[in-house]
Amino acid sequence: MLASLIIVFREVFEAGLIVGIVLAATRGVPRRGVFIAAGIGAGVLWAALLAGFAGALSDSLAGRGQEVFNASVLAVAVVMLGWHNLWMASHGRELAGEMKAMGQAVVGGDKSLIAMAIVVAIAVLREGAEVVLFLYGIAAASSEGWAALLLGGALGVALGAAVSLLLYLGLLAIPLRRLFSVTTWLIALVAAGMAGQAAAILAGIDLIPSFGFELWDTSWLLPQDSILGRALHALAGYSDRPMGVQLAAYLTVLAVLAIGAHRIEARSAQAASEAAVPK
Amino acid sequence: MIALAVAPVGAVLATAAGALAADPVMLTIKNHLFVPSEVSVAAGERFRIEVANQDSTPAEFESADLRVEKIVVPGGKIAVMAGPLKPGIYKFFDDYHPDTAKGTLTAVERKVQD
Repeated sequence: MLASLIIVFREVFEAGLIVGIVLAATRGVPRRGVFIAAGIGAGVLWAALLAGFAGALSDSLAGRGQEVFNASVLAVAVVMLGWHNLWMASHGRELAGEMKAMGQAVVGGDKSLIAMAIVVAIAVLREGAEVVLFLYGIAAASSEGWAALLLGGALGVALGAAVSLLLYLGLLAIPLRRLFSVTTWLIALVAAGMAGQAAAILAGIDLIPSFGFELWDTSWLLPQDSILGRALHALAGYSDRPMGVQLAAYLTVLAVLAIGAHRIEARSAQAASEAAVPK
Repeated sequence: MIALAVAPVGAVLATAAGALAADPVMLTIKNHLFVPSEVSVAAGERFRIEVANQDSTPAEFESADLRVEKIVVPGGKIAVMAGPLKPGIYKFFDDYHPDTAKGTLTAVERKVQD
């Protein structure tokens, strides 16, 4: 039971971290609960579907289907996370204030929520498909003690959800004024990490050059498959043996989001001060 | 879509990336064990690993050392690329049965032929 608990927990845990960040980042946005729940639901559904078609996907695109699919959904998640951050750069002020100017923000808020729901769905989908296949394997083998194994799996899911809740509550301890700048940075790091991962996957199947298969090796210090390594991998894109193209994608996304948000903020601050000048 | 568009370019790059070891490493998963469980490849070369799953349950061929992670459905077969590796021992396992289905791949320095 413990073995299956650990296997499932490891998968759910990474998705849980993403959900926790998204929950904190959307604090105060009306109807975010519905959107995020829908994202989780859609993720579970897609995961089950994907698990069912895993064989067909694997054989597609000359055996590269799994990798191309994984890199593609990661790329979509990067775009959605980036969209959210840039949206926050122009609307965060209104949200962090007492949300007086609801009218405009709510309309835009829905768009940002859809982006966040897609991110949640993708995070759940990626880890969920592996969990579904694992649990299916247990059920299909129907070996002795399969009930205990399934129970272990269920506990693993519950523990993963608990991590998500803990991270969310931890982030909520941050004062509202500071919260959005913290979540914006966290989301930028998550997006950069996902971009790096997508690049590494594509380089792994030789679709793009790797620019170095191993820039450095810090697996002696912090192995990526340890629990802390996995957490840092999900949160900030930590890799113990990064490829050149992985680092390049990581830094590019981080730079684009940092510079983009800075420019938008500067512009909206200028617009706000111009509007404040009496005519 | 983007990935598909760059596929032909990728193929050219792959051959430019370095010599590809001729024979792929063939692994079979049976009764949640790898056969063979110890293999060796030449260091410094990019190579292909093929994994056939003969069990009735799914497997996930995984190796943090080789940076691969790929699902192998029951009766299915997958291929992954790895390397070029420095000489050393690299671990791999089935993420769904890590206690039994595990093995090592040793990258050995190629002897210079006279």
